[in-house]
Amino acid sequence: MYKIVKRDQIADNIFEFWINAPHVTKTGRAGQFVVLRIDENGERIPLTISATKGDDVRIVFMATGKTTQQLAAMQVGESIRDVAGPLGKPSDVKKWGRCAVIGGGVGIACLPILARELREAGNDVTGIIGARNEGLLLLEDELRDACDELVICTDDGSKGHHGYPADVLKEMVSDQILDAVWIIGPAIMMKITSLATFDSGIKTFVSLNPIMVDGTGMCGSCRVTIAGEMKFACVDGPEFDAHEVDWDELMNRQRTYTGQEKESLEHYHEHKCHCGDHQ
Amino acid sequence: MNRRPVEERLQDFDEVATGLSEQNAVLEALRCMECPRPLCVNGCPVSIDIPGFINAIANEDFRKAAHIIKQDNMLPAICGRVCPQEAQCQSTCILGKKDKPVRIGALERFVADWERENGVETPETAPATGKRIAVVGSGPAGITAATECLRAGHEVTIFESLHAAGGVLTYGIPAFRMPKDIVQFEIDQVLALGAELKLNHIVGRSVPVDELLAYDAVFIGTGAGLPYFMGIKGERFSGVYTANEFLTRVNLMHANKFPEFDTPLIRGSRVAVVGGGNVAMDSARVARRLGAKVYLIYRRREEDLPAREEEVANAIQEGVEFVCCANPTRILGGPQVQGIKCIRMEMCECDESGRPVPRACTEAGSTFTLDVDVVIEAIGQGPNPLLAGLIPDLKRGKRGTIEVDEDGRTSIPHVFAGGDIATGAATVIWAMGSAKKAAAAINKMLAEN
Ligand SMILES: Cc1cc2nc3c(=O)[nH]c(=O)nc-3n(C[C@H](O)[C@H](O)[C@H](O)COP(=O)(O)OP(=O)(O)OC[C@H]3O[C@@H](n4cnc5c(N)ncnc54)[C@H](O)[C@@H]3O)c2cc1C
Ligand SMILES: Cc1cc2nc3c(=O)[nH]c(=O)nc-3n(C[C@H](O)[C@H](O)[C@H](O)COP(=O)(O)OP(=O)(O)OC[C@H]3O[C@@H](n4cnc5c(N)ncnc54)[C@H](O)[C@@H]3O)c2cc1C
Ligand code: FES
Repeated sequence: MYKIVKRDQIADNIFEFWINAPHVTKTGRAGQFVVLRIDENGERIPLTISATKGDDVRIVFMATGKTTQQLAAMQVGESIRDVAGPLGKPSDVKKWGRCAVIGGGVGIACLPILARELREAGNDVTGIIGARNEGLLLLEDELRDACDELVICTDDGSKGHHGYPADVLKEMVSDQILDAVWIIGPAIMMKITSLATFDSGIKTFVSLNPIMVDGTGMCGSCRVTIAGEMKFACVDGPEFDAHEVDWDELMNRQRTYTGQEKESLEHYHEHKCHCGDHQ
Repeated sequence: MNRRPVEERLQDFDEVATGLSEQNAVLEALRCMECPRPLCVNGCPVSIDIPGFINAIANEDFRKAAHIIKQDNMLPAICGRVCPQEAQCQSTCILGKKDKPVRIGALERFVADWERENGVETPETAPATGKRIAVVGSGPAGITAATECLRAGHEVTIFESLHAAGGVLTYGIPAFRMPKDIVQFEIDQVLALGAELKLNHIVGRSVPVDELLAYDAVFIGTGAGLPYFMGIKGERFSGVYTANEFLTRVNLMHANKFPEFDTPLIRGSRVAVVGGGNVAMDSARVARRLGAKVYLIYRRREEDLPAREEEVANAIQEGVEFVCCANPTRILGGPQVQGIKCIRMEMCECDESGRPVPRACTEAGSTFTLDVDVVIEAIGQGPNPLLAGLIPDLKRGKRGTIEVDEDGRTSIPHVFAGGDIATGAATVIWAMGSAKKAAAAINKMLAEN
């Protein structure tokens, strides 16, 4: 059992949880994730390590489906049945020179830990974050602190640059001021944003989020195609070279259970505990 | 073995084989000829004193029978159910020449079940030595090594990356063949001896390698969990599963009870399972229980199927349609599975293992298509690469196994390995046997220094 030590809602429908999990924080680094299961009936879902402090790990998630909504309803002091990790390979942190770390939506949560590690390795780091509107932006202050520079974009112009992180990235590419780029967000955002560095050959990493079960390389659910070869995102990744990813395949596989995910959520809302003890 | 009727068992995941009554067990035991030079013992990978325990059953001393088996086999309730007896002890039974061999597997299971129901003797343990041992993996190999080391008085911590212990016994072999309360019972036994079990701990990540190597001794039993793929077109479609994924979703995550349990699964109305081993039979029979029409595509002949004889018979009874001498060439559809294209295979000269080598037929009309919406690949698994690849200086074998000597010693003096990670995908009895040897070597090493 892993106790929730702190919880906050930090943006529209986005939550930050600190969970006591010393086995994760001991070696957990940027780029890695945990797999958690709330209770005996739960699904195993992967969530990125967004920060660690002492024995506590932070996860940040959007309450989209059954599991994340159930998680969002949990309170400080309650426990999560299983938290396994750290899983996956750490980000390729070394001295690259000038780096950009780009986050879309809840993917922004993965950036602070990465920016800090990159800076500690002697890099100059620009953060670029984007969301549909101001209400969906998160961790701004923390990122301003972790990066040398922070650029904010909103699709509707409610804050910062009116447009997408891809626009900002394109400018930086044409100014030739970049050595490595990380893009983390929804698959479609990563696909489109990474086009900006395609011709320049700038090393561009993305963090892939296929559907996982064990997260330890045992089932093959998370298989993705990288440069024509099959890889398991949970052990070979989750970060890969953006320009080698078969995006359409990833997005197709992500939709495998759309119908059942809806059913699961409906079932949850029908059978949710109404005792009033949990919110 | 007595089995529940097909119509009934297709409705649930309860055990198919019902086991022997006391009376029938004694009658079966009385059939044993008590050969002076028993060939059955040679057929057993861990050389159980088979005539000895059968004689005890014949004398209705079941506790003695259990005691005899447990000298060589720590997990009789499990092995009695899943060992390929027809290829081991029962294949050499003298009675088999004219009549049916003694049902050694059924008797082993009977004794183990009897003992479980009537109270298991707690094994004696030596006084505490203060030595610390790390066991990686909680499959049959890990459970066995842990038990043996605990009995020698050492402190044992078992690390398991999943949220439940048992390895393949828990996530792979379905409950209708390997009831989960029996697996749990074996795990509880190890815990009762004082083992500490740390679930959700991926050794190499949650437990860094230097921390692992700081133990007085290490036993690695991480298994062969890496699923292989055929490498044909269409494997990325939704609805293509490895057997590991399909079985894990059902056995470990209970996707058969969705939405009461959260994990989803595409059940399929027509399912193709590719392969001919135990893993393929299990997948096919699970798919049948989920209501699908099931084809099992195997590249050799029916008589070459490597699965346990009993499970092949069960699969046939349960309506699995065998498509032998055929091999898939491509999965049709996109992004969902719509069919599987196969080619007929002809059998050529035999290889070293005595099985014919299948070769694709070349004449026109040798291909055919099956209309399916789910494909399950059960074509084999390789050694789990994660931990082995993270330990520097650990010598690896050809296909990614960890290299060990007869006693399970690896290239690092205080690190031992056993089970599927050392042998490549094998069987429960081999995993148990090799772990027992390695544990004996660990205990000897620790006693000496
Ligand atoms: C390596 C990795 C890191 C991730 N990190 C984060 C994170 O930090 N924050 C965050 O909000 N989300 C993250 N995700 C996505 C997160 O796992 C899914 O949002 C979550 O599983 C949704 O579960 P649900 O039951 O709430 O929603 P559902 O209704 O079940 O699904 C919503 C969507 O989530 C995806 N999904 C569902 N089940 C899984 C699963 N078992 N594995 C992966 N994806 C699934 C599907 O594509 C689906 O369309 C990550 C995914 C991966 C693979
Ligand atoms: C579907 C199926 C059916 C089978 N049927 C039969 C049968 O009928 N008869 C028979 O004899 N054999 C059968 N087998 C084979 C048999 O189950 C295996 O040979 C046996 O389980 C091997 O035992 P093991 O302990 O070496 O590995 P496993 O049982 O694979 O256990 C290894 C454990 O280690 C854990 N692990 C891996 N890496 C790490 C890590 N880094 N840190 C922590 N934990 C880790 C895994 O999660 C797993 O729980 C079957 C196998 C399958 C898959
Ligand atoms: S999630 Fe099972 S292999 Fe990656």
